[in-house]
Amino acid sequence: MTRYVMVADLRRCVGCQACTAACKEANATPPGVQWRRVLDIEIGEYPDVKRVFVPTGCQHCADPPCMHVCPTTATRQRDDGIVTIDYRLCIGCGYCAVACPYEARYKVTTPEFAFGADPTSAEDVGFDEGKIGVATKCTFCADRIDAGVAAGLVPGRDPAASPVCVNACVSGALAFGDIDDPGSEVSRLLKDNKSFRMHDELQTEPGFYYLWDH
Amino acid sequence: MKQLVQTKLQRYWDIRAAANFSFGGTGSGLIMAAAIGAPSRPVMVVGLGFIGLGLLSVWLEIGRPWRAINVLFHPRTSWMTRESMLAPLLFAAGAATVFDARFAVLAAALAAGYLYCQARMLHASRGIPAWCQNESVPLMLATGVAEGTGLYLALGDASVAMIALALCAGIVREVAREIYRRALFRAKAPAGTLAWFSLREEKLLTVTRLVAIALLLAALGGWPTAAFGGLLVVATGWGLKTMLITRAAFTRGHVIQHTPTRGRDASHVVTPA
Repeated sequence: MTRYVMVADLRRCVGCQACTAACKEANATPPGVQWRRVLDIEIGEYPDVKRVFVPTGCQHCADPPCMHVCPTTATRQRDDGIVTIDYRLCIGCGYCAVACPYEARYKVTTPEFAFGADPTSAEDVGFDEGKIGVATKCTFCADRIDAGVAAGLVPGRDPAASPVCVNACVSGALAFGDIDDPGSEVSRLLKDNKSFRMHDELQTEPGFYYLWDH
Repeated sequence: MKQLVQTKLQRYWDIRAAANFSFGGTGSGLIMAAAIGAPSRPVMVVGLGFIGLGLLSVWLEIGRPWRAINVLFHPRTSWMTRESMLAPLLFAAGAATVFDARFAVLAAALAAGYLYCQARMLHASRGIPAWCQNESVPLMLATGVAEGTGLYLALGDASVAMIALALCAGIVREVAREIYRRALFRAKAPAGTLAWFSLREEKLLTVTRLVAIALLLAALGGWPTAAFGGLLVVATGWGLKTMLITRAAFTRGHVIQHTPTRGRDASHVVTPA
Protein backbone atom coordinates (compact mmCIF):
# COMPACT_ATOMS: atom_id res chain seq x y z
CA MET A 1 0.00 0.00 0.00
CA THR A 2 0.94 3.62 -0.39
CA ARG A 3 0.25 6.26 2.25
CA TYR A 4 1.47 9.72 1.37
CA VAL A 5 2.40 11.95 4.30
CA MET A 6 4.19 15.21 4.87
CA VAL A 7 6.92 15.80 7.40
CA ALA A 8 7.80 19.27 8.69
CA ASP A 9 11.08 19.66 10.55
CA LEU A 10 10.36 22.48 12.99
CA ARG A 11 14.09 22.89 13.65
CA ARG A 12 14.67 23.78 10.02
CA CYS A 13 11.65 25.95 9.19
CA VAL A 14 12.65 29.63 9.05
CA GLY A 15 9.18 31.04 8.43
CA CYS A 16 10.01 32.43 5.01
CA GLN A 17 6.53 31.56 3.72
CA ALA A 18 7.94 30.36 0.41
CA CYS A 19 5.71 27.28 0.73
CA THR A 20 2.67 29.50 1.26
CA ALA A 21 3.55 31.63 -1.74
CA ALA A 22 4.23 28.61 -3.95
CA CYS A 23 0.91 27.07 -2.96
CA LYS A 24 -0.99 30.28 -3.65
CA GLU A 25 0.69 30.61 -7.02
CA ALA A 26 0.06 27.01 -8.01
CA ASN A 27 -3.54 26.85 -6.82
CA ALA A 28 -4.57 30.46 -7.40
CA THR A 29 -6.19 30.70 -4.00
CA PRO A 30 -7.95 34.00 -3.30
CA PRO A 31 -6.86 36.51 -0.64
CA GLY A 32 -7.17 35.13 2.86
CA VAL A 33 -7.09 31.53 1.71
CA GLN A 34 -3.88 29.70 2.57
CA TRP A 35 -3.96 26.00 1.94
CA ARG A 36 -0.38 25.91 3.23
CA ARG A 37 -0.05 28.20 6.22
CA VAL A 38 2.94 28.81 8.43
CA LEU A 39 2.12 29.76 11.99
CA ASP A 40 4.51 32.29 13.48
CA ILE A 41 4.58 31.75 17.21
CA GLU A 42 6.37 33.66 19.93
CA ILE A 43 7.11 31.74 23.10
CA GLY A 44 8.69 32.71 26.37
CA GLU A 45 9.05 36.08 28.05
CA TYR A 46 11.60 38.82 27.63
CA PRO A 47 14.55 38.39 27.53
CA ASP A 48 14.14 34.69 26.82
CA VAL A 49 11.88 34.83 23.79
CA LYS A 50 11.91 32.50 20.82
CA ARG A 51 10.00 32.19 17.61
CA VAL A 52 8.73 28.94 16.23
CA PHE A 53 7.39 28.44 12.73
CA VAL A 54 4.85 25.71 12.18
CA PRO A 55 3.64 24.80 8.69
CA THR A 56 0.02 23.66 8.76
CA GLY A 57 -2.80 22.84 6.41
CA CYS A 58 -4.93 19.83 5.66
CA GLN A 59 -3.44 16.92 7.58
CA HIS A 60 -4.91 14.32 5.23
CA CYS A 61 -6.06 12.31 8.22
CA ALA A 62 -6.39 8.54 7.93
CA ASP A 63 -9.73 8.90 9.71
CA PRO A 64 -10.89 12.32 8.47
CA PRO A 65 -13.83 13.87 10.36
CA CYS A 66 -14.53 16.10 7.35
CA MET A 67 -15.23 13.07 5.19
CA HIS A 68 -17.55 11.46 7.71
CA VAL A 69 -19.74 14.54 8.11
CA CYS A 70 -19.84 15.52 4.43
CA PRO A 71 -23.47 14.98 3.37
CA THR A 72 -22.69 14.83 -0.34
CA THR A 73 -19.67 12.46 -0.51
CA ALA A 74 -17.77 15.33 -2.12
CA THR A 75 -14.99 14.74 0.40
CA ARG A 76 -13.34 11.41 -0.20
CA GLN A 77 -10.16 9.59 0.62
CA ARG A 78 -8.01 8.02 -2.04
CA ASP A 79 -6.27 4.71 -1.58
CA ASP A 80 -3.00 6.58 -1.10
CA GLY A 81 -4.48 8.50 1.85
CA ILE A 82 -4.98 11.84 0.14
CA VAL A 83 -8.27 13.49 1.10
CA THR A 84 -9.94 15.17 -1.85
CA ILE A 85 -12.97 17.35 -2.56
CA ASP A 86 -15.13 16.94 -5.63
CA TYR A 87 -16.14 20.55 -6.31
CA ARG A 88 -18.97 19.41 -8.57
CA LEU A 89 -20.68 17.56 -5.71
CA CYS A 90 -19.97 19.95 -2.83
CA ILE A 91 -22.94 22.13 -1.85
CA GLY A 92 -20.89 24.48 0.32
CA CYS A 93 -22.70 23.68 3.56
CA GLY A 94 -19.52 24.29 5.56
CA TYR A 95 -20.04 21.21 7.72
CA CYS A 96 -16.58 19.88 6.88
CA ALA A 97 -15.04 23.20 7.91
CA VAL A 98 -16.51 23.02 11.40
CA ALA A 99 -15.66 19.33 11.66
CA CYS A 100 -11.98 19.83 10.84
CA PRO A 101 -9.88 20.22 14.01
CA TYR A 102 -7.05 21.80 12.00
CA GLU A 103 -8.86 24.83 10.51
CA ALA A 104 -7.69 23.63 7.13
CA ARG A 105 -10.81 24.28 5.08
CA TYR A 106 -12.00 27.42 3.40
CA LYS A 107 -15.15 28.60 1.68
CA VAL A 108 -15.29 31.68 -0.51
CA THR A 109 -18.73 32.76 -1.64
CA THR A 110 -17.80 35.48 -4.12
CA PRO A 111 -14.80 35.87 -6.43
CA GLU A 112 -12.10 37.86 -4.67
CA PHE A 113 -8.84 39.10 -6.06
CA ALA A 114 -5.74 40.63 -4.56
CA PHE A 115 -6.15 44.07 -6.07
CA GLY A 116 -9.85 44.82 -6.23
CA ALA A 117 -12.63 43.56 -8.42
CA ASP A 118 -10.53 42.59 -11.43
CA PRO A 119 -8.09 39.70 -11.41
CA THR A 120 -4.45 40.14 -12.24
CA SER A 121 -3.32 38.24 -15.32
CA ALA A 122 -1.96 35.44 -13.13
CA GLU A 123 -5.20 35.28 -11.12
CA ASP A 124 -7.18 35.26 -14.33
CA VAL A 125 -5.31 32.19 -15.55
CA GLY A 126 -5.84 30.29 -12.30
CA PHE A 127 -9.40 31.39 -11.56
CA ASP A 128 -11.88 28.54 -11.31
CA GLU A 129 -15.58 29.35 -10.96
CA GLY A 130 -16.08 25.83 -9.64
CA LYS A 131 -14.25 26.74 -6.42
CA ILE A 132 -16.71 29.50 -5.52
CA GLY A 133 -19.29 28.61 -2.90
CA VAL A 134 -17.73 25.26 -2.07
CA ALA A 135 -15.20 23.98 0.43
CA THR A 136 -11.56 24.00 -0.63
CA LYS A 137 -8.31 22.84 0.97
CA CYS A 138 -4.82 21.50 0.35
CA THR A 139 -4.76 18.54 -2.03
CA PHE A 140 -1.12 17.55 -1.44
CA CYS A 141 -0.92 18.61 -5.12
CA ALA A 142 -2.62 15.36 -6.07
CA ASP A 143 -2.62 16.31 -9.76
CA ARG A 144 1.19 16.62 -9.74
CA ILE A 145 1.53 13.33 -7.88
CA ASP A 146 -0.73 11.52 -10.32
CA ALA A 147 1.02 12.96 -13.36
CA GLY A 148 4.40 12.17 -11.86
CA VAL A 149 3.53 8.60 -10.94
CA ALA A 150 2.11 8.09 -14.44
CA ALA A 151 5.45 9.28 -15.80
CA GLY A 152 7.35 6.81 -13.62
CA LEU A 153 8.52 9.40 -11.08
CA VAL A 154 8.56 9.00 -7.31
CA PRO A 155 6.59 11.54 -5.24
CA GLY A 156 8.81 13.11 -2.62
CA ARG A 157 11.98 12.23 -4.49
CA ASP A 158 11.31 13.75 -7.87
CA PRO A 159 10.24 17.41 -7.72
CA ALA A 160 7.93 17.06 -10.71
CA ALA A 161 5.91 14.52 -8.73
CA SER A 162 5.98 16.37 -5.41
CA PRO A 163 3.81 19.08 -3.83
CA VAL A 164 4.93 22.59 -4.76
CA CYS A 165 5.29 23.63 -1.12
CA VAL A 166 7.93 20.94 -0.62
CA ASN A 167 9.75 22.00 -3.76
CA ALA A 168 9.71 25.65 -2.69
CA CYS A 169 11.00 25.07 0.85
CA VAL A 170 14.34 26.88 1.13
CA SER A 171 15.59 25.03 4.20
CA GLY A 172 14.57 21.46 3.51
CA ALA A 173 12.05 21.63 6.34
CA LEU A 174 9.27 20.02 4.34
CA ALA A 175 9.48 16.46 3.08
CA PHE A 176 6.88 14.36 1.34
CA GLY A 177 6.56 10.72 0.46
CA ASP A 178 5.19 7.27 1.11
CA ILE A 179 5.35 6.33 4.78
CA ASP A 180 4.71 2.70 3.88
CA ASP A 181 7.94 2.64 1.89
CA PRO A 182 10.74 2.03 4.41
CA GLY A 183 13.23 3.52 1.98
CA SER A 184 11.44 6.82 1.53
CA GLU A 185 12.76 10.11 2.86
CA VAL A 186 9.79 10.55 5.19
CA SER A 187 10.25 7.05 6.67
CA ARG A 188 13.93 7.76 7.30
CA LEU A 189 13.20 11.13 8.90
CA LEU A 190 10.56 9.68 11.18
CA LYS A 191 12.85 6.80 12.15
CA ASP A 192 15.79 9.06 12.98
CA ASN A 193 13.94 11.86 14.78
CA LYS A 194 11.36 12.49 17.46
CA SER A 195 8.05 13.55 16.02
CA PHE A 196 4.49 14.40 16.95
CA ARG A 197 1.20 14.94 15.18
CA MET A 198 -1.17 17.74 16.02
CA HIS A 199 -4.29 16.90 18.05
CA ASP A 200 -3.23 13.25 18.08
CA GLU A 201 -5.62 12.71 20.99
CA LEU A 202 -8.56 13.10 18.60
CA GLN A 203 -7.49 9.90 16.85
CA THR A 204 -7.87 11.35 13.38
CA GLU A 205 -4.42 9.93 12.54
CA PRO A 206 -3.09 12.92 10.66
CA GLY A 207 -0.76 12.37 7.73
CA PHE A 208 1.34 15.37 8.78
CA TYR A 209 4.27 14.85 11.15
CA TYR A 210 6.34 17.43 12.98
CA LEU A 211 9.98 16.73 13.82
CA TRP A 212 11.25 18.50 16.90
CA ASP A 213 14.33 16.68 18.23
CA HIS A 214 16.85 13.98 17.39
CA MET B 1 2.28 38.77 9.01
CA LYS B 2 2.31 37.30 12.46
CA GLN B 3 -0.10 34.45 13.14
CA LEU B 4 -0.21 33.73 16.82
CA VAL B 5 -1.74 30.50 17.99
CA GLN B 6 -5.24 31.28 19.09
CA THR B 7 -8.74 29.94 18.83
CA LYS B 8 -11.15 31.65 16.48
CA LEU B 9 -14.89 32.07 16.33
CA GLN B 10 -16.08 29.94 13.44
CA ARG B 11 -17.72 31.89 10.61
CA TYR B 12 -19.05 29.05 8.47
CA TRP B 13 -22.38 28.66 10.22
CA ASP B 14 -24.23 31.85 11.06
CA ILE B 15 -27.71 32.86 12.17
CA ARG B 16 -29.24 30.92 9.27
CA ALA B 17 -27.77 27.66 10.52
CA ALA B 18 -28.81 28.61 14.05
CA ALA B 19 -32.35 29.13 12.72
CA ASN B 20 -32.38 25.58 11.42
CA PHE B 21 -31.54 24.24 14.86
CA SER B 22 -33.98 26.61 16.55
CA PHE B 23 -36.96 26.13 14.25
CA GLY B 24 -36.22 22.46 13.65
CA GLY B 25 -36.02 21.77 17.37
CA THR B 26 -39.20 23.70 18.14
CA GLY B 27 -41.12 22.14 15.25
CA SER B 28 -40.11 18.58 16.04
CA GLY B 29 -40.74 19.16 19.75
CA LEU B 30 -44.19 20.53 18.95
CA ILE B 31 -45.09 17.49 16.85
CA MET B 32 -44.03 15.21 19.71
CA ALA B 33 -46.06 17.27 22.16
CA ALA B 34 -49.06 17.14 19.83
CA ALA B 35 -48.89 13.35 19.72
CA ILE B 36 -49.07 13.27 23.50
CA GLY B 37 -51.79 15.94 23.70
CA ALA B 38 -54.23 16.32 20.85
CA PRO B 39 -52.75 16.20 17.35
CA SER B 40 -54.95 18.93 15.94
CA ARG B 41 -54.56 20.08 12.37
CA PRO B 42 -53.29 23.63 13.16
CA VAL B 43 -50.69 22.38 15.63
CA MET B 44 -49.34 19.87 13.15
CA VAL B 45 -49.20 22.51 10.42
CA VAL B 46 -47.36 24.91 12.71
CA GLY B 47 -44.87 22.19 13.67
CA LEU B 48 -44.16 21.27 10.08
CA GLY B 49 -44.02 24.96 9.19
CA PHE B 50 -41.27 25.55 11.72
CA ILE B 51 -39.25 22.61 10.41
CA GLY B 52 -39.71 23.86 6.86
CA LEU B 53 -38.66 27.35 7.89
CA GLY B 54 -35.51 25.93 9.46
CA LEU B 55 -34.64 24.01 6.33
CA LEU B 56 -35.29 27.08 4.22
CA SER B 57 -32.95 29.09 6.44
CA VAL B 58 -30.10 26.65 6.07
CA TRP B 59 -30.77 26.35 2.34
CA LEU B 60 -30.17 30.09 2.11
CA GLU B 61 -26.79 29.59 3.75
CA ILE B 62 -25.23 26.93 1.58
CA GLY B 63 -22.86 28.04 -1.15
CA ARG B 64 -24.48 26.05 -3.97
CA PRO B 65 -28.21 25.96 -3.13
CA TRP B 66 -29.28 24.51 -6.49
CA ARG B 67 -27.31 21.37 -5.74
CA ALA B 68 -29.03 20.92 -2.39
CA ILE B 69 -30.32 17.50 -3.40
CA ASN B 70 -26.72 16.21 -3.06
CA VAL B 71 -27.21 16.45 0.68
CA LEU B 72 -28.90 13.06 0.49
CA PHE B 73 -25.83 11.21 -0.77
CA HIS B 74 -24.09 10.14 2.44
CA PRO B 75 -26.43 8.47 4.93
CA ARG B 76 -23.74 6.00 6.01
CA THR B 77 -21.95 8.49 8.26
CA SER B 78 -23.36 12.01 7.85
CA TRP B 79 -25.95 13.20 10.34
CA MET B 80 -26.81 16.04 7.98
CA THR B 81 -27.82 13.52 5.35
CA ARG B 82 -29.84 11.55 7.87
CA GLU B 83 -31.63 14.71 8.99
CA SER B 84 -32.38 15.57 5.36
CA MET B 85 -33.68 12.08 4.65
CA LEU B 86 -35.99 12.15 7.65
CA ALA B 87 -37.46 15.54 6.70
CA PRO B 88 -39.65 14.40 3.77
CA LEU B 89 -40.82 11.36 5.74
CA LEU B 90 -41.71 13.62 8.63
CA PHE B 91 -43.60 15.98 6.32
CA ALA B 92 -45.49 13.06 4.82
CA ALA B 93 -46.42 11.64 8.23
CA GLY B 94 -47.35 15.12 9.45
CA ALA B 95 -49.54 15.72 6.41
CA ALA B 96 -51.18 12.34 6.93
CA THR B 97 -51.89 13.28 10.56
CA VAL B 98 -53.82 16.31 9.34
CA PHE B 99 -56.30 13.89 7.74
CA ASP B 100 -56.01 10.97 10.13
CA ALA B 101 -54.89 11.48 13.72
CA ARG B 102 -53.63 7.90 13.96
CA PHE B 103 -50.50 8.96 12.08
CA ALA B 104 -49.53 11.28 14.96
CA VAL B 105 -47.46 8.61 16.67
CA LEU B 106 -45.50 7.95 13.50
CA ALA B 107 -44.99 11.68 12.99
CA ALA B 108 -43.81 12.02 16.59
CA ALA B 109 -41.34 9.17 16.17
CA LEU B 110 -39.94 10.76 13.03
CA ALA B 111 -39.82 14.15 14.77
CA ALA B 112 -37.83 12.57 17.59
CA GLY B 113 -35.45 11.14 15.03
CA TYR B 114 -35.16 14.51 13.34
CA LEU B 115 -34.33 16.21 16.62
CA TYR B 116 -31.78 13.51 17.43
CA CYS B 117 -30.13 14.00 14.04
CA GLN B 118 -29.81 17.70 14.72
CA ALA B 119 -28.21 17.06 18.08
CA ARG B 120 -25.74 14.55 16.61
CA MET B 121 -24.99 16.89 13.74
CA LEU B 122 -23.58 19.44 16.14
CA HIS B 123 -21.81 16.76 18.13
CA ALA B 124 -19.98 15.50 15.03
CA SER B 125 -18.37 18.91 14.49
CA ARG B 126 -15.01 18.00 15.95
CA GLY B 127 -13.40 21.29 15.14
CA ILE B 128 -15.64 23.12 17.60
CA PRO B 129 -15.22 21.98 21.23
CA ALA B 130 -18.46 23.65 22.33
CA TRP B 131 -20.39 21.48 19.89
CA CYS B 132 -18.59 18.16 20.05
CA GLN B 133 -18.78 18.05 23.84
CA ASN B 134 -20.78 14.90 24.61
CA GLU B 135 -23.16 16.78 26.88
CA SER B 136 -24.35 18.95 23.97
CA VAL B 137 -26.54 16.07 22.74
CA PRO B 138 -28.83 15.85 25.79
CA LEU B 139 -28.93 19.65 25.91
CA MET B 140 -30.13 19.90 22.32
CA LEU B 141 -32.70 17.15 22.87
CA ALA B 142 -33.95 18.69 26.10
CA THR B 143 -34.32 22.16 24.69
CA GLY B 144 -36.16 20.84 21.61
CA VAL B 145 -38.69 19.03 23.78
CA ALA B 146 -39.01 22.02 26.10
CA GLU B 147 -39.62 24.38 23.16
CA GLY B 148 -42.16 22.02 21.64
CA THR B 149 -44.19 21.62 24.80
CA GLY B 150 -43.87 25.35 25.49
CA LEU B 151 -45.20 26.24 22.08
CA TYR B 152 -47.99 23.72 22.48
CA LEU B 153 -49.12 25.58 25.59
CA ALA B 154 -48.87 28.90 23.78
CA LEU B 155 -51.07 27.54 21.01
CA GLY B 156 -53.88 27.04 23.42
CA ASP B 157 -53.87 23.59 25.03
CA ALA B 158 -53.16 24.42 28.64
CA SER B 159 -54.22 21.15 30.19
CA VAL B 160 -52.66 20.32 33.54
CA ALA B 161 -50.87 17.32 32.06
CA MET B 162 -49.31 19.40 29.30
CA ILE B 163 -48.30 22.17 31.69
CA ALA B 164 -46.67 19.57 33.92
CA LEU B 165 -44.87 18.08 30.94
CA ALA B 166 -43.63 21.49 29.79
CA LEU B 167 -42.49 22.28 33.31
CA CYS B 168 -40.58 18.98 33.53
CA ALA B 169 -39.01 19.60 30.13
CA GLY B 170 -37.97 23.11 31.18
CA ILE B 171 -36.37 21.80 34.36
CA VAL B 172 -34.62 18.99 32.51
CA ARG B 173 -33.27 21.53 30.04
CA GLU B 174 -31.93 23.61 32.90
CA VAL B 175 -30.21 20.58 34.40
CA ALA B 176 -28.82 19.57 30.99
CA ARG B 177 -27.45 23.06 30.43
CA GLU B 178 -25.73 23.08 33.81
CA ILE B 179 -24.20 19.65 33.20
CA TYR B 180 -23.06 20.86 29.79
CA ARG B 181 -21.57 24.04 31.23
CA ARG B 182 -19.62 22.14 33.86
CA ALA B 183 -18.39 19.65 31.29
CA LEU B 184 -17.06 22.47 29.11
CA PHE B 185 -15.10 23.89 32.03
CA ARG B 186 -13.78 20.43 32.94
CA ALA B 187 -12.71 19.84 29.36
CA LYS B 188 -10.92 23.21 29.31
CA ALA B 189 -12.89 24.44 26.32
CA PRO B 190 -11.53 27.53 24.52
CA ALA B 191 -11.61 30.71 26.56
CA GLY B 192 -14.01 32.31 24.09
CA THR B 193 -16.47 29.49 24.60
CA LEU B 194 -16.27 29.66 28.38
CA ALA B 195 -16.70 33.45 28.23
CA TRP B 196 -20.14 32.76 26.76
CA PHE B 197 -21.47 32.02 30.22
CA SER B 198 -20.39 35.43 31.47
CA LEU B 199 -22.01 37.42 28.68
CA ARG B 200 -24.77 39.81 29.68
CA GLU B 201 -27.07 38.29 27.05
CA GLU B 202 -26.54 34.82 28.47
CA LYS B 203 -27.30 36.02 32.00
CA LEU B 204 -30.49 37.62 30.69
CA LEU B 205 -31.41 34.36 28.99
CA THR B 206 -30.78 32.41 32.19
CA VAL B 207 -33.03 34.71 34.20
CA THR B 208 -35.71 34.49 31.49
CA ARG B 209 -35.55 30.69 31.52
CA LEU B 210 -36.06 30.69 35.27
CA VAL B 211 -38.96 33.13 34.91
CA ALA B 212 -40.49 30.78 32.32
CA ILE B 213 -40.25 27.88 34.77
CA ALA B 214 -41.81 30.02 37.49
CA LEU B 215 -44.68 30.95 35.17
CA LEU B 216 -45.30 27.29 34.33
CA LEU B 217 -45.26 26.48 38.03
CA ALA B 218 -47.80 29.25 38.60
CA ALA B 219 -49.92 27.86 35.77
CA LEU B 220 -49.98 24.52 37.55
CA GLY B 221 -51.37 26.42 40.55
CA GLY B 222 -54.20 27.73 38.41
CA TRP B 223 -52.77 31.06 37.26
CA PRO B 224 -53.32 31.98 33.57
CA THR B 225 -49.60 32.10 32.81
CA ALA B 226 -49.15 28.91 30.81
CA ALA B 227 -49.15 30.49 27.34
CA PHE B 228 -46.72 33.26 28.23
CA GLY B 229 -44.51 30.83 30.12
CA GLY B 230 -44.53 28.54 27.11
CA LEU B 231 -43.56 31.36 24.78
CA LEU B 232 -40.66 32.28 27.04
CA VAL B 233 -39.47 28.66 26.98
CA VAL B 234 -39.44 28.81 23.19
CA ALA B 235 -37.72 32.19 23.01
CA THR B 236 -35.01 31.19 25.46
CA GLY B 237 -34.40 27.96 23.57
CA TRP B 238 -33.84 29.91 20.38
CA GLY B 239 -31.59 32.28 22.28
CA LEU B 240 -29.55 29.42 23.69
CA LYS B 241 -29.03 27.84 20.27
CA THR B 242 -28.27 31.14 18.59
CA MET B 243 -25.59 31.82 21.18
CA LEU B 244 -24.23 28.30 20.88
CA ILE B 245 -23.91 28.51 17.09
CA THR B 246 -22.87 32.11 16.58
CA ARG B 247 -21.13 33.25 19.76
CA ALA B 248 -19.67 30.26 21.59
CA ALA B 249 -18.37 28.26 18.64
CA PHE B 250 -14.61 28.70 18.90
CA THR B 251 -12.15 26.45 17.13
CA ARG B 252 -9.63 24.25 18.90
CA GLY B 253 -6.67 26.26 17.69
CA HIS B 254 -3.32 24.66 16.98
CA VAL B 255 -1.51 22.83 19.75
CA ILE B 256 2.24 22.38 19.41
CA GLN B 257 3.20 19.42 21.60
CA HIS B 258 6.91 20.11 21.31
CA THR B 259 8.65 23.23 20.14
CA PRO B 260 11.90 22.40 18.36
CA THR B 261 15.07 22.01 20.30
CA ARG B 262 17.95 24.04 18.95
CA GLY B 263 21.32 23.87 20.72
CA ARG B 264 20.62 23.77 24.45
CA ASP B 265 17.01 24.91 24.09
CA ALA B 266 14.37 23.12 26.05
CA SER B 267 11.18 22.06 24.30
CA HIS B 268 7.87 23.67 25.22
CA VAL B 269 4.21 22.97 24.73
CA VAL B 270 2.28 25.74 22.98
CA THR B 271 -1.46 25.88 23.48
CA PRO B 272 -3.90 28.40 22.04
CA ALA B 273 -4.31 31.75 23.77
